[in-house]
Amino acid sequence: MAKSPPTSRLELLQGTLDLIILQTLRWGPLHGYGIAQMIRAASHHALRVDAGSLYPALHRLERQRAIRAAWQTSDRNQRVRIYRLTAKGRRQLAAERSRWDRLTEAIAGILTRPAESDA
Amino acid sequence: MRTWRPFRRPGRDAQLADELRSHLAMDEADRIARGESPRQAAANARRDFGNVGLVQELTRDMWAGIWFDRLWQDTRIGLRALWRAPSFSIIAVLCLAVGIGANAAVFSWLEGILFRPYPGVASQDRLVAIAGTVKGTPGYASVSWLDFQDLGRMSTGFSAFVADKITGATLTGRDRADRVVGELVSANYFSALGIPLARGRGFIPGEDVGNGTHPVVVIGYAMWRDRFALDPGIVGKTVDFNGVPLVVVGVASRDFAGTFVGYAMQFWVPASMQAAFSGSYELENRGAPWIEGYAVLAPGVSRDEAQASLTVAATRLALTFPDVERGRGIRVLPLWETPFNAARELAPMLRVAVVVVVFVLLVACANVANLLLVRSFARRHEMTVRLAIGAGRARLLRQLVTEALLLGGIATVLGLAMAYGCRHALSLFFAPRSGASITLNSSFDWRVLALSASVGLASVLLFALVPALRASDIDLTSALKSVAPSLSGGRRSARLRASMVILQVAMSFVLLVGGGLLFASLQHMRHIDPGFDADRTYTTYVNLLAARYDSARSRIYADRLVTRLAGVAGVRAVALSTSRPLDPGAPYGSVPIAVDGYQNAPDEAPTARSTSVTPAYFAALGISIVRGRDFRLTDTDTTLPVSIVSETMAATYWPGADPVGKRLRSGTRWTQVVGVVRDVRFESLLEPPAPLFYVPLRQSFTPMFSVFISSSRPSAEVGPGVRRAIHSLDPSLAAYNVLPMRDVMQRSTSPQRIAVTLIGICGALAVLLAAVGLYGVMSYVVSQSTRELGLRMALGAAPAGVLRLVIGRGMIVTMAGIGAGVATALGTTRLLGDLLYAVSPRDPVTFLVALAVMLGTTAAACLVPGVHAARTDIVKALRV
Repeated sequence: MAKSPPTSRLELLQGTLDLIILQTLRWGPLHGYGIAQMIRAASHHALRVDAGSLYPALHRLERQRAIRAAWQTSDRNQRVRIYRLTAKGRRQLAAERSRWDRLTEAIAGILTRPAESDA
Repeated sequence: MRTWRPFRRPGRDAQLADELRSHLAMDEADRIARGESPRQAAANARRDFGNVGLVQELTRDMWAGIWFDRLWQDTRIGLRALWRAPSFSIIAVLCLAVGIGANAAVFSWLEGILFRPYPGVASQDRLVAIAGTVKGTPGYASVSWLDFQDLGRMSTGFSAFVADKITGATLTGRDRADRVVGELVSANYFSALGIPLARGRGFIPGEDVGNGTHPVVVIGYAMWRDRFALDPGIVGKTVDFNGVPLVVVGVASRDFAGTFVGYAMQFWVPASMQAAFSGSYELENRGAPWIEGYAVLAPGVSRDEAQASLTVAATRLALTFPDVERGRGIRVLPLWETPFNAARELAPMLRVAVVVVVFVLLVACANVANLLLVRSFARRHEMTVRLAIGAGRARLLRQLVTEALLLGGIATVLGLAMAYGCRHALSLFFAPRSGASITLNSSFDWRVLALSASVGLASVLLFALVPALRASDIDLTSALKSVAPSLSGGRRSARLRASMVILQVAMSFVLLVGGGLLFASLQHMRHIDPGFDADRTYTTYVNLLAARYDSARSRIYADRLVTRLAGVAGVRAVALSTSRPLDPGAPYGSVPIAVDGYQNAPDEAPTARSTSVTPAYFAALGISIVRGRDFRLTDTDTTLPVSIVSETMAATYWPGADPVGKRLRSGTRWTQVVGVVRDVRFESLLEPPAPLFYVPLRQSFTPMFSVFISSSRPSAEVGPGVRRAIHSLDPSLAAYNVLPMRDVMQRSTSPQRIAVTLIGICGALAVLLAAVGLYGVMSYVVSQSTRELGLRMALGAAPAGVLRLVIGRGMIVTMAGIGAGVATALGTTRLLGDLLYAVSPRDPVTFLVALAVMLGTTAAACLVPGVHAARTDIVKALRV
C-alpha cells in the first residue's frame, strides 16, 4: 500500500478530488499523468494526488459520463489515454463548485467568528 | 495469468495496464529530462506511483459490472483452493452436508406431514380440520353427518364443509381379492378441495344423499395404473367394492393421494354408500358420530373468527337437540393438529426432530469452523503474498467468505440430495398393514428448498466469518519476515478452536441426554403391563361384510371359525372381538350409558367404551376375571342381555359396590352386569384406560371382527396354521396377517421409536464430530507446544506426566462443554414432553450416563495426541 509522504503536503479533503479533476480538465483534454502534474503545479506543490486515488476517480467519472476518454498519441510519441469534459461534466463542475463555495464560506465564517468576538 | 472473464469487455484490463504504464513512462521521461539517471528515474517513478497492482485493483472497482466479475474471479479462485486441499474440502463438505441434509429432511417432513400434507389439494393453505369434543372425555371425537351438514349451513366464514371418513374395501373380480383403503366423502369433496381429475368427473351435488342410491366411485391414479393398466375407457366401467358394483365416474390426478396422513388413499365413494363399507347407514342418525371432516376457510377469515362462528352454531344445535348434543362441542384445528390421522401422532416427534437437527448442524458447523481455522494457518503464507502484491484486505475477506459460501453451496446441494434420497425413510418405521401402503412423504417444494438453503448458507457464513476475519488479519511486516506462524496468533486461534469444541461437546451432550431419556422411556414402555398377555396372544382379522355375507351366514361362519381354530395344533383358546387393543384400525366404540343410582352432572352425558366379544375372550387374551362370570355360549340374542365391566368402569360408576347383578344401559338397551374383569390398556399404552365394558358378540353382532388365538408356540408356527384354517372355511375371504399382540403393542409406540432412532443416530454423529474436533484441537496444541513439552521432559517430567498433562487440558475443554451442555439440557429436555414415559426430563441417572459417555469419548480423543506428546524427542524439540 502507498505510504503517506513525510512532507507537509496537504491531504485532500474527502470528495474534493472529483471537483479538482473536473476543474483541471476545463483547460482542455489531458491524460492522467498530465492531470496529476497540473494539480501539483496549480497548488504550488501543496497537493499531490496518488495514482491510487487519481485513476479510480477518473474511471469513476468516466462511468458517470462526466468525462470521456480516448486513446491518442502524444507529442512525445507515447500512446496515452486522454480525458475530456462532457456537457454533463460541465454541469457537474458548476454544481460542485457552487457547493464548494458555500462550504468554504461556511467554514470561513466559523473560523473567523472567535477573532471578531476577541476584538 | 490469462483468465476467462465472462462479464468483461475484452481488452479493458490491458488498456488499464497500458494507461498506467504510460503514466510511469512519462514520469520517467520527465525525471530524465530533469537530470536523473535512467535507473534512478525508473525507481523513483515507480516508488512515487506506488503499488501498480493495487492501483489497478482500485481502479477496476469503479467499472460497471465489476461485481459479477469479482464474484466470478473469487469463485474460480475458491474452487481452485478447495480443489488443492481435497481432504479438507471433502471432510468439510461432508460434515456440512450431513448437517444441512438432516435439516432439509426434517423441514420436508414438516411440510409434507404437517403443513401441506395433501398434494393436489388446491386450497391447502385455507384447509382446517373439524373435530368434535365431548365434555369429560379428553381428545377429540367424530361428528355425526347431520351435525356436520347443519354446522356447515349455520356458520359463516367457511367456503365449504367437506365430510371425510377413512374406510377400507375388498376389491373382488377377476381371479384375485385385493384390499384397498379409501374415503367416504361428501359430494363436494373434489370441487371444494379443488382436486384435479385425470379422467372423468368428481361427485355431483346430491350424490351423498340417500341410502345406497348412488353406486359411484372415483378411483386413485395408482389403482387405475396397477389394476386397470391405465385403461382409457375406465370411466363408465363397473368395479366390485366389497361385492357391491360401483360405476367408476372418475380417476383422480396422479399426485393426489387423499386427505389422510399415513396412508395413500385408493378410492373415494360418496357418503351415501356408507352401508356397503361400514355395515350401517348413519346419514340420518344425529347420535352416530363418524365424520372426520375438513372445512375450507373463506378468504380473509382467520381460524379464530371461524371458530367463534362455529361455536355459536354448535350452541344453537345443542339447544335444538339437547338429548344427543349434550356436552358436545366443535373445534376448528389447523391441519397439523388434525386428530384423526398420523399427523397428530408424529407432531411431537417432529418437534423434537427440529431441535435435534439444529444441534447437529451446529456441531457440524463448529467442526468446519475448526477446519477452516487450521487451514487459515496453512494458507497464511498465501494470504501474506496476496496482501503484499496488492490485494485489499476487504478483497481478501471477500475471497474467504466466497470460499466458505462455495463450501456451503456444494454441501447444501449434496445435503438436499441426501434428504431427497431419504424422503421415504419415515415410512420405514411403520410396519405396513396389508392393503394400505404407508405414505409419510416429505415434500420438497420451494419453501423447503429455500429454507434449507438459507439455513445452510447462513450457518456456514456465521461460522466461516470468524476464521476468515482471523485469516485476513495479518501483520504484513512480521508475516513476511518469517514464514512460521507467530505464537500469539496461534494462541488466540487455539482459544477460538477450543470454544468451538466446547460448543460441540455441549450440543452432543444434550443429544446424548435426549437420546438417553427416550431410550429409558422406551425401556419403561416395554415393561408396561397392558393387562393382556402380549406374548402368547396372536391376532388377525376377518371381514365378512366385504365378502357379502348376510347376518345369518356371518353368525354361522363366526361359530365355525372359532371351532375350526380351536382345533389347530397348539391353540389353547380362540375368541372374536369387534375391536383390538391398541390398534386404532379396530377402535372401541363410545356409547351413551346409564347406571342405576349414578347421578351425572347436568351437562354431562355419561359415555363408556364398549366392544363385543365371544366367550373365552378373556381366557384368550389372558385377562383375569375378578368377579362374576365369563360370557357363555348360552348368552344369545334371545336371552337376557348381559355385560362385563372393567375394574375402572366398576370403580367409576359403582364406587364401593359390587356391580355384578346391577343394571347398565348401553345405548338404548338395558343389560345385566355379570362380571368384572381386569383393566386392559386398549387405547393408549401409556395412559390408564377409560371405563370399558364388554357385551357378547351374539347379542351385538357385526360381520367384521378381530380374531384372537392363545398359543405358546412361536409366530412362525401359529401363523400358517391359522391362515390355513380361515382359508379352508372360505377361500374367497381376503387374508390378513397373523400378528403377535406384542407387534400391535409396539406399533403404538412408533413415535417414541422413531424419536429414539433419530436422536440416537444424530447423537452418535454429534459425539463423533465432537471427538474429532477435540482430537484436532489437542493435536494442534501438542504440535504448537513441542518446545515446552521437550523442556518439561528435559527437566525430568515423566512421559506419563506429559500424557496426563495433555489429557488434563483436553478434559478442561470437555468439562466446560459438559457444563454448558448440562445447562442447555436442563432447559431443553422438557421439549420431549409426551414422548417421555415414567422418566423425568431431568433424570439424574441419564445425565450421569451421558456424562460418562462424553468423558470416555473425549478422553479417547485426547489419548492419541497425548501419547504423541509423551513420545516427544527432547533433542529434536529443543534444537529448533
